[in-house]
Amino acid sequence: MSKELIRLKDVSQTFDDGVTVLKDINIYFNDREFLTLLGPSGCGKTTLLRIIGGFQTPTAGEVYFDGEKINNVPPYKRQVNTVFQKYALFPHLNVYENVAFGLRIPREETGPNGKAVKVKLPRAEIDARVREMLEVVSLKGFEHRSIASLSGGQQQRVAIARALVNRPKVLLLDEPLGALDKRLRKDMQQELKRIQQRLGITFINVTHDQEEALAMSDTVVVMNEGVVQQIGTPEDIYNEPKNAFVADFIGESNIVDGIMRADRVVEIFNRRFPCLDAGFEKDEPVDVVIRPEDVDIVPEAEGQLRGVVTSVTFKGVHYDTIVDFYGFKWLIETTDYCPVDSRIGIKIDPDGIHVMKKSKYSGLYGDYSSYSEEYDEINDPTLLEAEEERADDED
Amino acid sequence: MMRTKRGWFAFPYMIWMALFVVIPIVIMLVYSLTVPVETAEGEVLRGSLENFTGMTQYLSVFGRSFWLALIATVICLAIGYPVAYLMSREGPGFQRVVMALIMLPMWMNFLLRTYSWMAILENNGLLNQLFQKLGVIALYNRLTGSDIDHFQMIRTSGAVVLGMVYNYLPFMILPIYTVLTKLDRRLIEAAEDLGANASTVFRRVTLPLSVSGVVSGVTMVFVPAVSTFALSRLLGGGTQMMLGDLIENQFLGGAYNPHLGAAISMVMMVIVVICMLVMNHFGDGEGEAVML
Repeated sequence: MSKELIRLKDVSQTFDDGVTVLKDINIYFNDREFLTLLGPSGCGKTTLLRIIGGFQTPTAGEVYFDGEKINNVPPYKRQVNTVFQKYALFPHLNVYENVAFGLRIPREETGPNGKAVKVKLPRAEIDARVREMLEVVSLKGFEHRSIASLSGGQQQRVAIARALVNRPKVLLLDEPLGALDKRLRKDMQQELKRIQQRLGITFINVTHDQEEALAMSDTVVVMNEGVVQQIGTPEDIYNEPKNAFVADFIGESNIVDGIMRADRVVEIFNRRFPCLDAGFEKDEPVDVVIRPEDVDIVPEAEGQLRGVVTSVTFKGVHYDTIVDFYGFKWLIETTDYCPVDSRIGIKIDPDGIHVMKKSKYSGLYGDYSSYSEEYDEINDPTLLEAEEERADDED
Repeated sequence: MMRTKRGWFAFPYMIWMALFVVIPIVIMLVYSLTVPVETAEGEVLRGSLENFTGMTQYLSVFGRSFWLALIATVICLAIGYPVAYLMSREGPGFQRVVMALIMLPMWMNFLLRTYSWMAILENNGLLNQLFQKLGVIALYNRLTGSDIDHFQMIRTSGAVVLGMVYNYLPFMILPIYTVLTKLDRRLIEAAEDLGANASTVFRRVTLPLSVSGVVSGVTMVFVPAVSTFALSRLLGGGTQMMLGDLIENQFLGGAYNPHLGAAISMVMMVIVVICMLVMNHFGDGEGEAVML
């Protein structure tokens, strides 16, 4: 791993109205890493980003950049640039001038006699760097277009170019893809990753979209209620969630109560299942995560568990099948069609079972009894947006 | 879409405009291009440009009017912009107080406000009495070796400008304030993020994005200031004749000549419209630039 660049130590943020949005955040960011802060609206991820950007001073704790404390360093003196939510491009300037904005500002440097002097970049260098950056974001030929004439995706690229042209050590991205449609979002994910690798700098991305986080990041930080829930690679986060919140937020999960009868043996619904987890107390109550794609449907007689199908939805590649086991509803993703009301059995391989310690989130997630409503909510973009707005207001 | 459907909603306004704007302008145009001539059948109108050629003797009045209006506008801008800027940045409490202070005088009649300024600026008015009491006048006499018992404030061009600034300042502050409050705060953060300190943010983002407000404000101050008339008589004491007074004089005063008055009004209108066109050009044509 490369060296550490930013560290937050015991950072807390409480707003004037007494709302605490961040609680004792301890986290570090490595150089050249693509890191994503992931969490639902209002979890404090944007506030964390604003603290790194210098737009907010934390109520407690320290922020270090390259080993130096920067709590009170104003944004314009930080080697950090931001791609803002909804881009915040300057409407009175064209594409070229937007990108050149940061370069045209004289920098303070220490002169030969130790005095601070203002240094202006020569015109030719500004021009070269602006053109180079417009090429990086594939906007060559758009120099003299007005901002209002650009599409959302193009504005997004201008915002990225405007930030990157200053050669920051860190690029902060505040929900950069939130305003784009789904197709464009996928393209931009690739694009961002490509740019990050080409320039070799740190990207810190904020999003509530778990798919985006998994697709782009080297490291994912899952947050909820102002607290870091888990830090890890996308694979770690998906395969080894630390608690019910993470398991539920990243992908689909069936989360059930279990008891560790011994190392590598967990009991669910009074049946013992072999698993790969160890190191728990004997007979310790635990949360058990079973991903919908890890469940095999078998004839009823051969199943480890038996249940009744209550709903089937065709999703293209697979069927989303809801199965009732003793009153607890599971989501199973299967390519086998099982009609509603049929009785089926299931089998779970040991590596399909993940055991977690009990947490304050136990029992809150992972039941698909209210599946349809939950699904509608996820699929309804207006609802998500409304929530976003509220979160913005809170920030 | 809306154009054809409810077009008739605009009829009352169009009739109003025709009756009270278009027709009067046409009448004025006719007046300005004619002179009365005595003939056997009585007085008839004859087409002539002599109203316009004869206007040259009043060049100094034109000059003074535009000059004083310009000064007043500049002062209004110099005071109004910072006030509007502060208001837009401070909390709602501060905004309410300042807004009340700005609006309060506007609820009183224009003449009343001007009369109270007369009382203040009079040779033995409030301000001179205060200066007397404080010994400012004595100090001034000692420093300059002069011997005055009051400062001459009323009946000067300065008093006229003061009156204009006092009366028209709100019209400068309000449009600028409106534009500044609508300014997206994230643009300012974006500029800071890109390395701009407070003064650079102001110069390169806030100011350019508030130009439309400035244009509106300048228009709303300059246009009425140019044609102002009671102010110059009350505070200027007749020594500072302005276009408004000149025109009034042609219609109601001793120099009764409505044809000349109409011609002066037409010229003033044309000059004002030209000024505004130039101004609006600076404002990018967009924004809420007000023409009339």
